[in-house]
Amino acid sequence: MAKMTVIFDRCKGCELCTTACPKHIVALQHEKRNKEGVFTAVCTDESACIGCAMCAMICPDCAIVIEK
Amino acid sequence: MAVVFERPHALCDVRLHYCAGCTHGIIHRLVCEVIDEMGIEGETVGVCPVGCSVFAYNYFNCDMIEAPHGRAPAVATGVKRARPDLNVFTYQGDGDLAAIGTAETVHAATRGENIVVIFVNNTTYGMTGGQMAPTTLPGQVTTTTPYGRDPKANGYPIRVCEMLSTLTGTSYAVRTAVDTVPHIRETKKAIRKAFENQKAGKGFSIVEVLSTCPSNWGLTPKESIKRLQEECIPYYPLGVYKDIDAEGGETK
Amino acid sequence: MEKVLMKGNEALAEAAIRAGCKCFFGYPITPQTELSEYLSKQMPKRGGVFLQAESEVAAINMVLGAAATGTRVMTSSSSPGVSLKSEGISYIAGSDVPAVIINVQRGGPGLGGIQPSQADYWQATKGLGHGDFHLIVLAPSSVQEVVDLVSKAFDLGDKYRVPVMLLSDGLLGQMMEPVSFPEATESKFDKSGWAANGTKMEREHHIVNSLYIEANDLEDIVKERYARYAAIEEAESDAESYLTEDADIVVVAYGATARVVKSAVNKARAEGIKVGMLRPITLWPFPKKQLCAACENAKAVLTVEMSMGQMVDDVKLALECKKPVSFFGRTGGVIPTPAEVYAEIVKLNGGAL
Repeated sequence: MAKMTVIFDRCKGCELCTTACPKHIVALQHEKRNKEGVFTAVCTDESACIGCAMCAMICPDCAIVIEK
Repeated sequence: MAVVFERPHALCDVRLHYCAGCTHGIIHRLVCEVIDEMGIEGETVGVCPVGCSVFAYNYFNCDMIEAPHGRAPAVATGVKRARPDLNVFTYQGDGDLAAIGTAETVHAATRGENIVVIFVNNTTYGMTGGQMAPTTLPGQVTTTTPYGRDPKANGYPIRVCEMLSTLTGTSYAVRTAVDTVPHIRETKKAIRKAFENQKAGKGFSIVEVLSTCPSNWGLTPKESIKRLQEECIPYYPLGVYKDIDAEGGETK
Repeated sequence: MEKVLMKGNEALAEAAIRAGCKCFFGYPITPQTELSEYLSKQMPKRGGVFLQAESEVAAINMVLGAAATGTRVMTSSSSPGVSLKSEGISYIAGSDVPAVIINVQRGGPGLGGIQPSQADYWQATKGLGHGDFHLIVLAPSSVQEVVDLVSKAFDLGDKYRVPVMLLSDGLLGQMMEPVSFPEATESKFDKSGWAANGTKMEREHHIVNSLYIEANDLEDIVKERYARYAAIEEAESDAESYLTEDADIVVVAYGATARVVKSAVNKARAEGIKVGMLRPITLWPFPKKQLCAACENAKAVLTVEMSMGQMVDDVKLALECKKPVSFFGRTGGVIPTPAEVYAEIVKLNGGAL
């Protein structure tokens, strides 16, 4: 049981997290822009998240919190 | 569920001004994680440079001093000599450290000044809009080398760790990158070792971190990581160039 | 108090230690080198730091770092070296940290010479670095006054959080005179509100910085600084008035030149000429009130300097064209003689006794 949460207004949509996820379950969503006008990253399959924090480790904006 | 990864305390809870995908933010966080883990935030003073990380004083929760361009090692020397009990680090870019501040860098190293230098090398002047840096690669197009850096006209890039590793006063010189999670972990280990060296009074430690500049490279963040891997790392090989703790303190 | 015979540069160094100076960062240059050499011997024995930097630029930035921690710190140089320090001095002023900078002036421009000069008056009082700022500039004229003003320089710097320059010259630096020293003191000023010396996790972090990216923020901080400058002008302007009460002629001179002028004034007085001297001790703030008071009844004002005429501008500005101001100077390291100054006084007096 693990959960990654993107802090919506801190995400700059750089997609580095998408390169780091070993489960390939991080991607940009294209529905809602944050206050910076950015389509942010989300976890596309929460049940598959293993809480490895690799997405958070490569995030340059400290915009990802991992719970386990 | 418990939180297993979040912002370190030493990193201020504010939005960083860096461009999307700029890896300064990763390096800031790694320094702060080390400060947190060593429990030294209250006894640490950081010195920021002129360049993209000029506002770093707004991001570190420890006391901060803004230095003139290139002078951070001299400012840090002043802090450390006045207050040897404080942990002192500089955070500098390539233009700051390897061009206008070369003298301050080399002499802080050769004095064995007991400080930590975090050197962010992204092969360009980011803040002023992508001009040639001392570390710009041969052939690299910048706004002041519009036809690509021609070593005949513009000279060759400086390999800082290699140069500083020749100095007796340098205790630790290491080059890392932040392109992948394993490299990010190695970078953090190197930063930790540099701060531990200072605690132990071992002298000058420099951690050179190969970084990206998507905006001025004209690439997406993902493409920038690719360039870092394919062009920068081959020219600036990663590794430990000097470590006095290693046998005989041999240079690489 | 017991007096000892000491060279100006060494007396200055000793006075700095007694004023609680804990760190010195410098670079060798004639004619101030004895100062560094003295401190290199004494600082390690007396709990202080002496460090010879790789350049004047590095030295002044080391001063910035030490000053930012709230430590009493000093650097010294001579004219060409002070030019190199100007970048750091601007940052020190813009960061609102106190520091003491010594300039043992020599002839210029360029490498110039190594003999005494006062050709850095403009640099010290008007343009020691980029931006809107001042530093307090103190000008001693004897070795004893060097000692007294060094201690004052540290106090003024701490009180107002500004850089303070002691403007000496090769003559004062190299000459020997008997001096008495005050007891050793420490800074009495509380720096806990701004010093970057570790939060101890007990307060918000302190940022020592001169960057204000919003134009209005920068204007606000510069204006706040200028309010402090106004307070300094009001409270700290200082000058020595010598025989000016009934003077028809007032000679204005500072530093080593004032010693020469005093001899000339004494000779002229002995000849019956009503002449006096006004000696600015603070060059910034310039002692306008003291000068105007001294010149109240004067018919003529003469400024004497070891330069082509720099302080004379401030004399004219202070007197607002109410008095005729003439100038006599020697430059390039040539010291004016009492006879030359006496001849100028006689000329102003009508040419004959």
